[in-house]
Amino acid sequence: MNPQLPHLKSSTILPIAAGTLCLVILLAVIGPAFSEWGAEDMDWNAMETPPSLQHWFGTDVVGRDLFVRTMHGARVSLTVALIAISVAVLIGVPWGLVAGYMGGRTDQLMMRIVDGLYALPVVLIVILLVVLFGRNQYLLFAALGALFWLDLARIVRGQTLQVRQSAFIEAARGLGASIPYILAKHVLPNILGPTLVYVTLAIPGIILAESFISFLGLGIQEPDTSWGVLVADGVQTLETSPWLILFPGIFLAVTVWSCNTLGDRLRDRLDRRHQV
Amino acid sequence: MTRYLLKRLTFSLITLFAVITVVFFLLRIAPGGPFDGERQLPPEIEANLKAAYNLDEPLYRQFALYLGRLVTGDLGPSFRQKDFDVNELVSRGLPVSTALGISALLLAVLAGMAVGTLAGLHPGKPLDVWLMSLSNLNLAIPTIVAGPVLILIFAVFLRWVPAGGSGTFTHFVLPVIALALPYVAAVARLIRGGIVSAGSEPHVTTARAKGLSPGRIVGFHMLPTASIPLISFLGPAAAGLLTGSVVVEQIFDLPGIGRYFVQGALARDYTLVMGVVVVYSTAILLFNFLADVAYGLVDPRIRAL
Repeated sequence: MNPQLPHLKSSTILPIAAGTLCLVILLAVIGPAFSEWGAEDMDWNAMETPPSLQHWFGTDVVGRDLFVRTMHGARVSLTVALIAISVAVLIGVPWGLVAGYMGGRTDQLMMRIVDGLYALPVVLIVILLVVLFGRNQYLLFAALGALFWLDLARIVRGQTLQVRQSAFIEAARGLGASIPYILAKHVLPNILGPTLVYVTLAIPGIILAESFISFLGLGIQEPDTSWGVLVADGVQTLETSPWLILFPGIFLAVTVWSCNTLGDRLRDRLDRRHQV
Repeated sequence: MTRYLLKRLTFSLITLFAVITVVFFLLRIAPGGPFDGERQLPPEIEANLKAAYNLDEPLYRQFALYLGRLVTGDLGPSFRQKDFDVNELVSRGLPVSTALGISALLLAVLAGMAVGTLAGLHPGKPLDVWLMSLSNLNLAIPTIVAGPVLILIFAVFLRWVPAGGSGTFTHFVLPVIALALPYVAAVARLIRGGIVSAGSEPHVTTARAKGLSPGRIVGFHMLPTASIPLISFLGPAAAGLLTGSVVVEQIFDLPGIGRYFVQGALARDYTLVMGVVVVYSTAILLFNFLADVAYGLVDPRIRAL
């Protein structure tokens, strides 16, 4: 029995997770077009109303359509995740490649730095950065990316260590190829699969971190919105209009669940291939 | 073992020093000073204030002064809250945050072990499938959503516990659950994997062959083996719990360090934010070190170092 999560057949859950994720992305992209309301339009006749035919997810305290706002929030949250993960890949992959390929002291030093950062309240440090340098959204993306590259660096290093032993790397070295060339042309293509899987697994963490920071009022600012901002707004009216927290909350949870499940299953498949 | 622990301790101290250094210089190069209020202060008064806070000294002097005070346990005055120094704010919030964090960690470990063992003893069976699916779902629900939903159900509709505030034991019930939930799921997944692989270990087969009761086999032969990965999870978990407590304290209106951190962050209170980061980093590094000690105690290969 495979000790790694053999529950719910992977053949049924994988398409569900992938489909859900695609649906969320699709809704975020084209969803607002289906509603007659804009993200900042206020319906003076419907303030803080529950879900109805006119306002599918209800309206907030100033009469803004929650469906449209949730979709706009999705755009922001997903864009933040995308940009942050790109930053994480740009730092983490080269870091892991170099550490794994060079080995020895270089590897030791580079991985000690990763270990050190790993043992820190990094989200709080991101908050610190955002506070210090203004609530610039781009800075938020970059800071989040700068926080999530640690796992990637570890994975890439581990994979590189394995690939480094291969005969074709030795052959390339024998032919006098330079280290950057070997890393880019020979090592990177061979570790792409596992790296992509761990990218999938890192995305939910970033989405959660963004919502966490925005929830505290330190991230995305009004009038712009994200799932974290919407949830924070919803908390204010928890008792009188719970739908304001439920809809963005559900979207947030569903997205994180899909990414987690997708990553888990893909990792299981990779592991199985390695076991054979 | 001593050499191994000394190495880990040195590493922790270097990390802590690096954090303090980076945070200190970041705070100083940030635009906007603590006295940039709505009202422009007369330059003479501002100069006096800066002198009082040593802000007129060169950076390296300020850093040395801060380090010197830090070594004696003094985190400095708050830049925003009158008549308070950071120590007072931190020591006021510390008992609340510590109680919250430790209770949540205990709950996560105990509940996670129970769930993980149950699931791991029946791999592939419906119970396993349901428990693990529930855990996966649980991991996906962020605290900022789970907290308010818990309030809605148990405080607003059922009226079993208060929605926020502090003072009595009941005030801590919901925050502890909200903080612990994702970690219950994470611990359950770890333990489940351990229990499943322990099932095929020779020493467990021996225990079964000796005719030991199922309870003894699970409690004395399977759980200890299955719990080893838990130790290395505790370090990151402590970091996560501390970070999570910031948001939980906010949601449930608990006067812990996290509240002060958010207040300080919103008000750009240099020393307060820095003090909290230093306190949290120290706590997490200490916890990681304790985890290393525990690892050394259970793993003879490390003890031999």
